[in-house]
Amino acid sequence: MGHVTAAAPIEIEKTESAEEVFAVPEPDVPWVTIVHNDPVNLMSYVTYVFQTYFGYSKDKATKLMLDVHHKGRAVVSSGTREEMERDVQAMHGYGLWATLQQDRK
Amino acid sequence: MPGHFEPLPGGGAAVALDDVEISIIRSLAVQLLELIGPGPAEDAPADPLAELFAEGPSEPPTDPVLKRLFPDAYGDPEGAPADAQEAAEERAHAAEFRRYTENDLRAGKRENALAVIHSLNELSQAGEGGAVLKLSPQESRRWLGALNDLRLAIGSRLDITGEDDADDLYTLPDEDPRKPMVMAYLWLGGLQETLVSTLLP
Repeated sequence: MGHVTAAAPIEIEKTESAEEVFAVPEPDVPWVTIVHNDPVNLMSYVTYVFQTYFGYSKDKATKLMLDVHHKGRAVVSSGTREEMERDVQAMHGYGLWATLQQDRK
Repeated sequence: MPGHFEPLPGGGAAVALDDVEISIIRSLAVQLLELIGPGPAEDAPADPLAELFAEGPSEPPTDPVLKRLFPDAYGDPEGAPADAQEAAEERAHAAEFRRYTENDLRAGKRENALAVIHSLNELSQAGEGGAVLKLSPQESRRWLGALNDLRLAIGSRLDITGEDDADDLYTLPDEDPRKPMVMAYLWLGGLQETLVSTLLP
């Protein structure tokens, strides 16, 4: 995997949408989706959700699930507030207990 | 094998269910439907556009099961907000999120529960004292969601809030009034566990 020069020109394609212009100014801190531990949800199911919804590898999904299980919570995604609201809604759809917040740490 | 989903060749899953098991799952799914409530179509004007733009509630449900199925999206469940202003902001954000998402979330859970009832109805019509339920991959995903919601609902009713609570359920004495519900909870867990394994690559 020695290719470091083949990056796609992502930056160039980024455009300011009208929404962003009118958005309430907020500090440039990303938002995160946090999944909280729940004694009812099966470990295999939580891993399945992380793989299916986020497209994470089995290893990554399993690690996040174990973080939720042992530490009580895990950050499962980060991005804009709108993106995180979408992720939280999806998690609630799956029955996982999720919240979003600005990543102040 | 009873109580266990097995993968079908080419995708999907199958499980053998007897009459009692079929009626237990159906009854639980109906109760869940009743709890989640009717769709907007049943209590809104006949205008599909009005339905599309209908707002959901802004306050969290009072029923503990519904509160678990539709939790607040904002607010740290472990740490209190730093000050009153932050607390008010979190409440306002959670209320707004709820207004725009809860109807959709309820609809999704309703569809999953309905899919379960539908496949059981088809099964009973064919069956004689029990039958093998066969699910397509799409139906499997709906069943998986419904089984999880049912377990969340029962877990909430049984007040399972910590890992110890879940462990204690295994050692309940037979005369405990919660025993039948616990048996159903553990059995549904086995169904869900084996159904997940048929969906994972």
